[in-house]
Amino acid sequence: MQVLKQSERHRVRFTLNGERVEGLAEPRMLLTDFIRHEIGATGTHVGCEHGICGACTIRVNGKAVRACLMLAVQAEGKEIETVEGLAAKDGTLSALQAAFHRNFALQCGYCTPGFLMSLVDYLEKNPNPTEADIRIALSGNLCRCTGYAEIVNAALEAAREIQALSASK
Amino acid sequence: MKPANFDYARCERVESALDLLAEHGDDARIIAGGQSLMAMLNMRLVRPSIVVDIASLDELAYVKEAAGYVEFGATVTQAAAEAWPALRKRVPLVAAALPHIGHFQTRNRGTICGSLCHADPSSELPLCLATLGGDVVLRSRRKKRVVGALDFQIGLLSTAKQPDEMMVAARYPAARSGWGYAFREISRRHGDFAIVALAAVVGDGKIRLGVGGVDDKPAVHEWDDMDDDSLADALNDFAWDLGGGDDIHATARYRREMVRRLGKKVIGEARQCRS
Repeated sequence: MQVLKQSERHRVRFTLNGERVEGLAEPRMLLTDFIRHEIGATGTHVGCEHGICGACTIRVNGKAVRACLMLAVQAEGKEIETVEGLAAKDGTLSALQAAFHRNFALQCGYCTPGFLMSLVDYLEKNPNPTEADIRIALSGNLCRCTGYAEIVNAALEAAREIQALSASK
Repeated sequence: MKPANFDYARCERVESALDLLAEHGDDARIIAGGQSLMAMLNMRLVRPSIVVDIASLDELAYVKEAAGYVEFGATVTQAAAEAWPALRKRVPLVAAALPHIGHFQTRNRGTICGSLCHADPSSELPLCLATLGGDVVLRSRRKKRVVGALDFQIGLLSTAKQPDEMMVAARYPAARSGWGYAFREISRRHGDFAIVALAAVVGDGKIRLGVGGVDDKPAVHEWDDMDDDSLADALNDFAWDLGGGDDIHATARYRREMVRRLGKKVIGEARQCRS
């Protein structure tokens, strides 16, 4: 058993979007703050810090979770995916991102990384959702601008596109 | 909204978690999924001196069928329980309640036992355990003991778990043939805390109704099966007997009305799905 002392910084290593990263964290440091301030990947946003708003949603070992409800030290050795990993290296948007763009599914954009990471995970596991499915899946992400209609449209459009793409392969 | 200082222990064996609990008592907090505890830490509603992480204890990541019940180990997430193929058949009430718990993103980390330990009065899993008459398994360095749901949850966010004890498993009674089970809740948005949550069990000439979100812990009442008129009176009496008050989400009067109306519906659903 390993005990990490408070007020001391401990090394944390994990894979972020396929690349190995590391930094130092006190036990009380949230994973959101570690990713943003230690690693410098500021795509993951911080909203409510108690699991309600969904802005900080990331994937840990292939599952969408709240980064604000995890300690940085709990991410040791994990595979982490954030919004920065969605687009191709040359900047080409993923099908989901492009659908958000086309459908005006964002205004201020603050909630968008959380919506995208929730949907990436959800659509992978439920490739053929109904509108009602999408609305339930997105109940854990808050958007104060759009009224959700455009986000739901984008999600449905992306789902169809991803299916067509995988069918043509 | 950042936690205060604490030491952090990553446990690889149950015994090391129990040792730390024996040493630190009330100053230690177990974390598994952390979907309740992390919010409490962030808001500094709890300030443990040490957080004991059991999330990587694979020995507790099991779902086991036993005589008359299904046992969920302490590190089984709500998502893993949802994905357990026999869930709907063996514990249909839990299967019906799970999708209402938070959101899929929180169920990916949140555990069954963690929700029971947190003991929020509106939580679905404590309500199901109380309505079914299930048990929890507590361990400390001193002993292991099995405690019934109604004795375990003693009030608002408070349980009979001693400071040196850890919940290692929860036992949900398995579905009995010819019995019916149904769950309903009302909340402002899908995944929000339930304003009122109801669980019904019908079988063997009895009706049992559990209500969450009204009193400061799940309330369970059992009647002999009866006709609809008598049931309406019985539900009215039950609704008046419940404590609970007004809050920002709903008045006590509204909650009582939901117990009457949804109570009737959920009991009807349980009657219909008797198998």
